[in-house]
Amino acid sequence: MEYLSAFIVGGLICVIGQIILDTTKLTPANILVTFLLIGVVLGAFGIYDKLIEIGGAGASVPLPSFGNSLAKGVMKAVDEKGIAGILTGGIEGTASGITASVFFGYLVAVFFNPKTKS
Amino acid sequence: MNSNTKRLGVQTVRMQNPPKIITTYSMVGPKEGEGPLGQYFHEVVKDDTLGKESYEKAESELFYQTVIKAIESANLKQEDINYIFAGDLLNQLTSTCFAARNINIPFFGLFGACSTMTESLSLAAMMIDGGFADYTIAATVSHFSSSERQFRFPLEYGSVRRPTSQWTVTGAGAMILGKEGNFPEVTYVTTGLVKDYGIKDSNNMGAAMAPAAVDTIVKHLEDTGRGEKYYDAIVTGDLGKVGKEITLQLLEKQGYNIRDIYYDCGDLIFDDEKQGTNSGGSGCGCSASVACSYFYGKLMNKEIKKILLISTGALMSPTSTQQGESIPGIAHAVAIEFNSNGGEK
Repeated sequence: MEYLSAFIVGGLICVIGQIILDTTKLTPANILVTFLLIGVVLGAFGIYDKLIEIGGAGASVPLPSFGNSLAKGVMKAVDEKGIAGILTGGIEGTASGITASVFFGYLVAVFFNPKTKS
Repeated sequence: MNSNTKRLGVQTVRMQNPPKIITTYSMVGPKEGEGPLGQYFHEVVKDDTLGKESYEKAESELFYQTVIKAIESANLKQEDINYIFAGDLLNQLTSTCFAARNINIPFFGLFGACSTMTESLSLAAMMIDGGFADYTIAATVSHFSSSERQFRFPLEYGSVRRPTSQWTVTGAGAMILGKEGNFPEVTYVTTGLVKDYGIKDSNNMGAAMAPAAVDTIVKHLEDTGRGEKYYDAIVTGDLGKVGKEITLQLLEKQGYNIRDIYYDCGDLIFDDEKQGTNSGGSGCGCSASVACSYFYGKLMNKEIKKILLISTGALMSPTSTQQGESIPGIAHAVAIEFNSNGGEK
């Protein structure tokens, strides 16, 4: 059941992206940023966490989850440190994701070369 | 105007002593070699890096080898050749300029996007007919992987290609022009205007270039007074599936029906369904490699005698695309004819 709901929630998020890609002139980068911002808004209202409760990794792996972490990070930091948290909280909340992407991106660049698509 | 003028109509020039295309050479990558025209290319490389550490260097090497092998196959030396006209798609023409460091021939670098084959061929022919050269070379190159990362996305990035997207051809073609011998001749050159119909989608370049191709074809036929049936083949560079159909429809609206004799190199070079190339090939290596192999071969075998080659270019840069500029198109036409006496009858 857990797998099924992850598949459905994750799949729906991807289907929305695919529909936007096929029916509009938005580029993949446009969609990426849009999804992130939607995640921030849903996170701010606490809606995205409910989606993660239902979908598990189906909701926490796709990009809106990163926006969700940004929003939650800011709210947490504001509670703890006051207004300065608006500036510091986002990166704190997403530090693991950012560090991991830099680190693994570097590793991949060191060990692999780009190849022509087939 | 001088009665000896070589000018004809508004955009066309006629060669008084038509220069001859004495030899051609074409080299393509593995994917192009697996395509429907695979057997026609002079050489298919197995490894599209050509043993180089970057795709930009590979593109440069592809160009270098194509030019050197063309010169060898004509039994000429570099010193015999007076000018080389060449270009590619990369910023500042690095592929051709860097290769030209090792070529001992005076060099004119040209950027006409994918129209560079007929642009270079036009100038190479005019240079000989003008009496400024005995031998000239027209050559271009493009590489899928270097173009992909300059114009679209990094190769590592798993973006999804659109149905109208075209596949940049990894390939190069070189033509050597001279004055002597029994070879196909360049008889007329029609130089195109830059046309912009406001297309902004770099994934739909065929639609951006088609109006330019139509304009040049119509101007050529009007200037020369030739009917469209004069030619055995009218061949555009890389309009692909989408642009090819637009071209046919636009020409029909103007009263020209060329459906039976019309080909597009981008449409011929790949089997879109089997090879996943969506809307055909593109890139200046596309019309270069196909014209230098398939169509030059047909001329030499006398299967066709008169061909109008129109390489088509989409003149955008990555910066102009990011700034939301539309894509101007250009097309240059060159008439190549091979009759029993060598040229025009």
